[in-house]
Amino acid sequence: MHALIIDDSRAMRMILRRIVTDLGFSCSEAGNGEEALAQIAIGPRPDICLIDWNMPVMDGYTFVTRVRSEADLRDITLMMVTTESEHGQIVRALAAGAHEYVIKPFTPDAIVEKLTLLGLVRDGVPA
Amino acid sequence: MSLSPASFDYVAALVRRETAVIYDAGKEYLVEARLLPLAREAGEVDVDAYVLRIQRDLVEARKAIDALTINETSWFRDNAPYQVFTDVMLPALLEARGAARHLRIWSAACSSGQEAYSLAMLLHESLPSGWSAEILATDVSTTMLERVAAGRYGQVEMNRGMPATRLVRWFTRVGSNWEIAPELRAMVRTRHLNLAAPFPPLPTFDIVFLRNVLIYFEMDVKCDILRRTRDLVAPDGFLLLGSSETTLDMDVPWHREPIDRVQVLRPLTPAAALTGA
Repeated sequence: MHALIIDDSRAMRMILRRIVTDLGFSCSEAGNGEEALAQIAIGPRPDICLIDWNMPVMDGYTFVTRVRSEADLRDITLMMVTTESEHGQIVRALAAGAHEYVIKPFTPDAIVEKLTLLGLVRDGVPA
Repeated sequence: MSLSPASFDYVAALVRRETAVIYDAGKEYLVEARLLPLAREAGEVDVDAYVLRIQRDLVEARKAIDALTINETSWFRDNAPYQVFTDVMLPALLEARGAARHLRIWSAACSSGQEAYSLAMLLHESLPSGWSAEILATDVSTTMLERVAAGRYGQVEMNRGMPATRLVRWFTRVGSNWEIAPELRAMVRTRHLNLAAPFPPLPTFDIVFLRNVLIYFEMDVKCDILRRTRDLVAPDGFLLLGSSETTLDMDVPWHREPIDRVQVLRPLTPAAALTGA
């Protein structure tokens, strides 16, 4: 199971990397949506992307719409991990094709529980 | 800074006397972690000073007991029991209760209410029109019951297991908190209840969620709670314990019926219980 963490904050990428690698995921990182699309094109192909909203070059919302417009990327699970916390923003991200949404700040348990909800983790290990 | 043995002994005895919850030796760190914020709030220099204070201040003592008996919780905790609730228990009860068209559920030791409101969401989403349901949420902590009644949750709590689709459907943003929809709040009634003490008069329930609380009691208290709970559950009703809890090796009037890795308990009739069936 492979996770791609997309966030312009190196510190946040490290926090998320620790959580998903502790669960047993392999992991790669990108600093914005455009970098993430380039990485997906060359592989490894992620099972899940953890996506910040506000990033330079290409934001997380645009990234979600781009991934969802590609038929052959349909099986990638998309989860926003962002400080954007307005009701309308969450609705917008879900409508664009995000599967889940975590609002910063979060506890590591919150990420594990969301991955479990998404069926990517079962009994604390990658499903 | 560390908690003195005398302070720990006093607090452990107080909590055990009032709630039957046990703090064994080795849990000093937990007592200290939970009481430190209260000590600071009360203007005491450390937790030992705070423990001296609660010996003469009943209001503070109640706060301390509350702080020492709350548990971490999340929405749809462990997922699988809620799946069984929706896929197995509800269909069975919809068939069996066709005349009354009403379901009663007890969320025992409800803490801050995530379990009760998770069930309310599932019921609202699943019950056919013309049906109603009520959820009784009880806890030993009055602070927690006030939180349940308010139905407001902070951001960190909302991240804990709440699917985003349900967050946007059932909650509205109020400042930095999220407030549950009035129709779900109307389904949940709160009541103060100490599981270790004799139950007050209660109705018969179709389903009881008694999850992740028995672990805090000694064996004889656990058995007593399970026996008294049986008397409150309909003969065709259900009881669910926490995923790490079991009635194995316990002399209690419940029959274990595992469904999809979830230990569902069904009440034994008094006659069956006598013969050990």
